[in-house]
Amino acid sequence: MKNKQDKTSLEEKYYIASQWQLMWRKFKKHKLAIFGGTILSIFYFITIFCGFFSTQDIYKRHTQYIYAPPQRIHFFDEKGFHLRPFVYGLKRKIDPVTFRRTYTEDRTKKYPIYFFTHGDKYRLWNLFPTDIHLFGVKSGGTIFIFGTDKLGRDLFSRNLHAARISLSIGLVGVFLSFILGCILGGISGYFGGTVDMVIQRVIEFLISIPTIPLWMCLAAALPPHWSPIKVYFGITIILSIVGWCGLARVVRGKLLELREEDFVMAAKIAGATDYRIITRHLLPSFLSYLIVNITLAIPSMILGETSLSFLGLGLQPPVVSWGVLLQDAQNVRSVALHPWLLIPGLFVIITVLAFNFMGDGLRDAADPYK
Amino acid sequence: MVIVLWAVSITAFVIIQLPPGDFLTSYIMKLEASGQIVDEAEIAALRKQYDLDSPIHLQYCKWMWKMLHGDFGKSFEWNRPVRDLIAERLPLTVTISIFTLIFTYLLAIPIGIYSAARQYSIGDYTFTVFGFIGLATPGFLFALILMFFFYRYFGISVGGLFSPQYQLADWSGAKFIDLLKHLPIPVLVIGMAGTAGLIRIMRGCLLDELRKQYVITARAKGVSERRLLFKYPVRVAINPIASTIGWLLPGIVSGQTIVAIVLDLPTVGPLLFRSLVNQDMYLAGSSIMILAFLTVIGTFISDILLVWLDPRIRYEKQAR
Repeated sequence: MKNKQDKTSLEEKYYIASQWQLMWRKFKKHKLAIFGGTILSIFYFITIFCGFFSTQDIYKRHTQYIYAPPQRIHFFDEKGFHLRPFVYGLKRKIDPVTFRRTYTEDRTKKYPIYFFTHGDKYRLWNLFPTDIHLFGVKSGGTIFIFGTDKLGRDLFSRNLHAARISLSIGLVGVFLSFILGCILGGISGYFGGTVDMVIQRVIEFLISIPTIPLWMCLAAALPPHWSPIKVYFGITIILSIVGWCGLARVVRGKLLELREEDFVMAAKIAGATDYRIITRHLLPSFLSYLIVNITLAIPSMILGETSLSFLGLGLQPPVVSWGVLLQDAQNVRSVALHPWLLIPGLFVIITVLAFNFMGDGLRDAADPYK
Repeated sequence: MVIVLWAVSITAFVIIQLPPGDFLTSYIMKLEASGQIVDEAEIAALRKQYDLDSPIHLQYCKWMWKMLHGDFGKSFEWNRPVRDLIAERLPLTVTISIFTLIFTYLLAIPIGIYSAARQYSIGDYTFTVFGFIGLATPGFLFALILMFFFYRYFGISVGGLFSPQYQLADWSGAKFIDLLKHLPIPVLVIGMAGTAGLIRIMRGCLLDELRKQYVITARAKGVSERRLLFKYPVRVAINPIASTIGWLLPGIVSGQTIVAIVLDLPTVGPLLFRSLVNQDMYLAGSSIMILAFLTVIGTFISDILLVWLDPRIRYEKQAR
């Protein structure tokens, strides 16, 4: 009896639940999507507070520690287990013939890791001057979790700061293509006729051009004397030039389908304006599809920026993005000697994977009545 | 198609005109930086030779006219006709593209069929994970990682398409075999993303098809599983795949450009890259023209293929 009641209440819940609640319920069932979403939220959270999470200033050069390998965090030493993790110091040896630096752990020097320590000064969100970092070692010691680069700069901090640009460029780029795609796709689908024809031809044309050569040409066209901020927006615009096509197609297809529905006719007869019909009746009915498409468009933007910056056509140092960091890894010999230079690539892969998983889950959830 | 090509040519021309200044300004800067004296008369002669002073639309018309007659202009940087430069690299570009395309289809279609037929099996999950990673890894990064591993653990560098002794040699059987030996890695790297995407599509299409009534009917009638799978569902599911060349080919050409730069392959990609960095106008314009041209032609061929493969489209056309 009780069982039956439960069932009816569940069923009732199903019928009174809004579309968004149903979608959320379905999304939660997709384990990989939840996993991807969690990773992304952690990434974005760290990115927002990247100054706090990084261990030192990203431009600070440790000339004694050029191309230092990642320092391992230890819990055990010769005396046994310590609750407070620590790193060993690094001992440098330079080969007299090849001038190659090799680093070994110096077991005599031990630097315990403290949390909420005072370190290099930075400004949180460019507003609040502070010097508190999540973790670090007392002055005199070094902590390079991801090693250092050719100028002895800490790669862990640089990777975190690079995430800020690499992750946000996807969002900004998608935002731009979202606007373009909605407007042009909306016009194309709702009005049809010649406008539709022209826009469709333009889209077909843009899709048929190989993207990377096109991006390369456009990126090379950015004036070299531009400030980093301008270049940043220039790159996002370049990325969204191709990005809007897919979105516009989805919007158009859905509009063509919905235009014939009865509720649109009803709205028209009731005297609603075109603008009102599009924004109040049509857009909300396929918003979920748009969100899916956006999620799946972000990774291609991130990959685009990374590729361009890697080639040296995108963002330029001193700005750090994952692509810029990967520029150091262009030379195979240097990668073979210093494999930790490839760490930014790992971040790119994880991020894109997470976006794809989340997009997959969203796609399944977008149609909750199926 | 002609209109698309014309649009491509305009885009290419606009793109190469976009950077402020032109080749000569950077040429002058280079000379000044190295402390050489810039000869005004020489510059003026160069300007005249390359028509840098005439209005843009005239420059475009002239460029187009010459291109239609097979004259692609001259590369400032290499001081050689663009046509020769591209002609040197075009066959290899096409070879790599075709090999990659074949590789992609050969790998993706069987895996897609397997994944759909054995949905949620261990094999399916393995391929799904690999597929996702393949989609997520940018080609140049994959190339770097491969190079790193080969260099680190086998001590060989995998860049290039030829061994040093064949680099400048004329074409011969031995050189061809050498080329075949070097091909697998670039083809694998370039084809990876496309393969991953194609597996997903093939799997999805076939799964949709397998759920249909006629499959259930056939199964109920006792048709063997193998015959059941290959007789109709696979044939129906392959059709959308054939039309994917339309987006697969731009992807391959685009991926090839950047992978070729990393792996140092003698294709059009690195040529385009260098010409862009040096503002070598005619070369850059012609390179992007050629790349887009390849894609458009490829897509056109795929359309014809599709009509040939799918009788439904053929009959529809005839009925009209």
